[in-house]
Amino acid sequence: MKSSLQKFKESYFLYSFRHDRVAMASFIAIIIFIILAITAPWIAPMDPYDANNIDIMNSEIPPSWNEGGEKSFPLGTDNMGRDMLSTMLYGLRTSIMIGIGAVSLQAFIGIFMGLSAGYFGGKTDAILMRIADIQFSFPYLMLAILVGAIFQIIFGIGRYEQLAVPLLILIIGFAEWPMYARTIRASVMREKNKEYVEAAKVIGLSNPVIMVRHVLPNSLTSLMVISTIQIANAVMSEAALSFLGLGMPVTMPSLGSLIRSGFDYIFSGSWWITIFPGILLILFVLAINLLGDWLRDVLNPKLYKG
Amino acid sequence: MNEDNTILSIKNVVKHFDISGGFLDQVRFKNGRFGLEKITVKAVNDVSLFIKKGETLSVVGESGCGKSTLARVVLGLYPPNSGEVYYGGQRIDNLSHQQMLPFRKKMQMIFQDPYASLNPRKTVQQTLEEPLRFHHPEMSNNEINDKIDQVMGQVGVDQAWIKRYPHEFSGGQRQRISIARGLILDPEFIVADEPVSALDVSIQAQILNLMMKAGRERDLTYLFITHDLSVVRHISTRVAVMYLGTLCELAKSEDLFAFPRHPYTKALLSAIPVVGEKRAKQIKLKGEVPTPVKLPTGCVFHARCVYADERCVNEIPALLTQDNGTCVACHAVEENRVIS
Amino acid sequence: MSHLLDIRDLEVNFALRTGNITAIDGVSFSLDRGERLGLVGESGAGKSVTGFSIINLISKPGYISKGNIRFEGKEISSYSDEQMRKIRGNRISMIFQDPMMTLNPVFTIGFQMIETLQAHRKISKADAQDIALEKLKKVHIPSPEQRLSQYPHELSGGMRQRIIIAISLLTDPAIIIADEPTTALDVTIQAEIMDLLQELCESDNMALILITHDLGVVSQVTEKIAVMYAGKIIEYGSTDQVVKYPVHPYTEGLIKSIPGTVIKPGCDLVQIPGMMPTLTNIPPGCAFNPRCYLKEAMCTIKTPELKDVGNGVLAACHMK
Repeated sequence: MKSSLQKFKESYFLYSFRHDRVAMASFIAIIIFIILAITAPWIAPMDPYDANNIDIMNSEIPPSWNEGGEKSFPLGTDNMGRDMLSTMLYGLRTSIMIGIGAVSLQAFIGIFMGLSAGYFGGKTDAILMRIADIQFSFPYLMLAILVGAIFQIIFGIGRYEQLAVPLLILIIGFAEWPMYARTIRASVMREKNKEYVEAAKVIGLSNPVIMVRHVLPNSLTSLMVISTIQIANAVMSEAALSFLGLGMPVTMPSLGSLIRSGFDYIFSGSWWITIFPGILLILFVLAINLLGDWLRDVLNPKLYKG
Repeated sequence: MNEDNTILSIKNVVKHFDISGGFLDQVRFKNGRFGLEKITVKAVNDVSLFIKKGETLSVVGESGCGKSTLARVVLGLYPPNSGEVYYGGQRIDNLSHQQMLPFRKKMQMIFQDPYASLNPRKTVQQTLEEPLRFHHPEMSNNEINDKIDQVMGQVGVDQAWIKRYPHEFSGGQRQRISIARGLILDPEFIVADEPVSALDVSIQAQILNLMMKAGRERDLTYLFITHDLSVVRHISTRVAVMYLGTLCELAKSEDLFAFPRHPYTKALLSAIPVVGEKRAKQIKLKGEVPTPVKLPTGCVFHARCVYADERCVNEIPALLTQDNGTCVACHAVEENRVIS
Repeated sequence: MSHLLDIRDLEVNFALRTGNITAIDGVSFSLDRGERLGLVGESGAGKSVTGFSIINLISKPGYISKGNIRFEGKEISSYSDEQMRKIRGNRISMIFQDPMMTLNPVFTIGFQMIETLQAHRKISKADAQDIALEKLKKVHIPSPEQRLSQYPHELSGGMRQRIIIAISLLTDPAIIIADEPTTALDVTIQAEIMDLLQELCESDNMALILITHDLGVVSQVTEKIAVMYAGKIIEYGSTDQVVKYPVHPYTEGLIKSIPGTVIKPGCDLVQIPGMMPTLTNIPPGCAFNPRCYLKEAMCTIKTPELKDVGNGVLAACHMK
């Protein structure tokens, strides 16, 4: 009998991955980004969160290859005198953390709602999906402005800095869960009429058990595809919010707030403060989307050719 | 009717499905005003029958005649709109999930599609141990494995394949695994919904033999749902013929095939292709099967029946017992108008 | 005398990433005008691929790797797509199991019939409609004028299959290839469709290749029968002879395993042990040898050729 590792080695999944350069490249890129984000505190030349390291005299130093650049700041510094490279690494870390956190929350709410709606159908379905529709038609920026403003007033700017990450996770998570709910619901409606679900009912299993143990595992493929796309979306949403000043504060920058902080200086010649984090953000989101595209193609049974 | 060895009986079961969708889909504009209109599929209409211990009762009929719905009503997968289902003398159609559990152990089902009836993400082992762990939480791992080995051996699937997933098996092997799942709780009564119609001929014979052998060894009672009359003839003790949600004839298997009474049964039997014989003149039916959304008045078969008269259009025929024990629901048979 | 259709040594391969597999391995048969041939076998035996390869409809990884297909005296196996289109749907029509595969749900029956005709002939719309009506009458569709303006979903399964047959008749083909035409239908309708096919072949002197797994259906309609197993024809002869006196152990087992042929109700059916090998691991020698009760040493070494076993029957078995 073949071991599962061996089976994986012979699978169409791996075969198609190894024959798709774009998928390989984007996968490697994502891995590198994630490693950089995780190891940021150790590999970054300085800690941008530590006020002791920051010297305002170092502000707006251009990248090292430009005139006036310094060796110790390879990508230059921002308007507060922080090393760009270090700040970007920390920013990437924050962005990814918010992205994954928000998607986990979306998945949690969305799977619960979608699974119940699809499995029970009828009134449950109608009510849950109308809630999803209302949530979807509500612009999340408006929600973010509202919630963000209320938080800042209640907790004050100081506390807000500490609460910004969970707050953003909450806002983006709540804004986008209907995507999950709809995808799961469609897949559950397809699965629930199959005979193995009836077989489970004949055995006498209860509905929650059938939903979680039988129906959900068979909806996982569509879940995987949507998760990649949603992580990219969440990172973009976070950047957009931060750019508007509703996200991460400048003292704890994410990629979005870095772009914003540099935006004021771009016409005074300090282009690097905006451009470098911008490029990093685009590369990261692009890599996720490309991998997601490949995943969707390969997991779509209609396109599957053995 | 001998009540003593009746294992299951259903009385006046009616099952209609509402397919009109949500509120907005029901709104209709009629006679100059808006109103709500429900569309229901009348899948099973007033069917009564009983199954004796140890027999194989087959329900035959063409697609859409309600035979699969009847099977699911019997197992409590669909609650009937009206009517009663009795198992071993106890009414089961109104039981709660918890109250139903002891009956779940005794009644099992084998499905048509061997590709859809096994969860693709579970190994054979997981599929087979799930019912045991659920109904017999006291069993140890060793006992469970022994039981699985024993049933796997009975259905002829190699025990070494227990860690495999369904997609690694052929259709015939999957159907064996599906049967194993049906047998693992040692049920008394099995509902088989078209268990061989998705299989190749040579595999079909293997599965039928397996089911008959299991039936003998375990003293099983089968409710066998199928459209294949040659299979019915081979395995059944008694046969119920359904048309458009209604029972038209219920007879001992040899009687039904030798002397079909109901005009529909006659037409059905004349259409079976027999290997190596040119078919005798087929009795052609007029028109097509009406939709179960709008049932014909009177006898549901009247529009296609050559014997139909005024009475058939207006009055629903009752299932009457003939001299040889055959039950037929037909005015023409009752009035001796059918020439055999 | 030359045959209407003559297939010699047809071999069809599928180029998969795991390697080449042979789906059809040296199939030969011929068909005369008005002849009805049944191509019988279980799923995976290669019967549909054989049917598709005649009109070069095999989908991508598959290709005809060897052999000749002569139709009306011309070699058509090497025809380009352009040339093939003049034959496919015109001189040779195809009927599929699922009528909805052929019928487009968004167009009316009349539109689809006229379109088909105009694709093959220069003909005015009115004339095309006349022919369409005539063919609908021919397949005994009640009120054919009405049907022309109906959509496929408004018709029952049996009626749809009749429409498909009417469409396939439009161009007066010489051959109809019917791939499991009644598998999705109920017995009573199946019998009617089969009677219709037989009647049409007789009245128009049309040849029929009936691809099916159902020996009962084949023995009702066809004159000749070819039994396929693992990509090869293993028995070929007149239907009456083969069905009554099967020579090859597989054919024999297949017939006996059908309930109601030889075994009394309630008794165990004759069963062929095991199952058909997948195309990737066909055993050496005779492909049937692991399941055969007549098996001897030679069967595992040498592949049997089709040979005359008397009564006009050809069978591929060492033991006969």
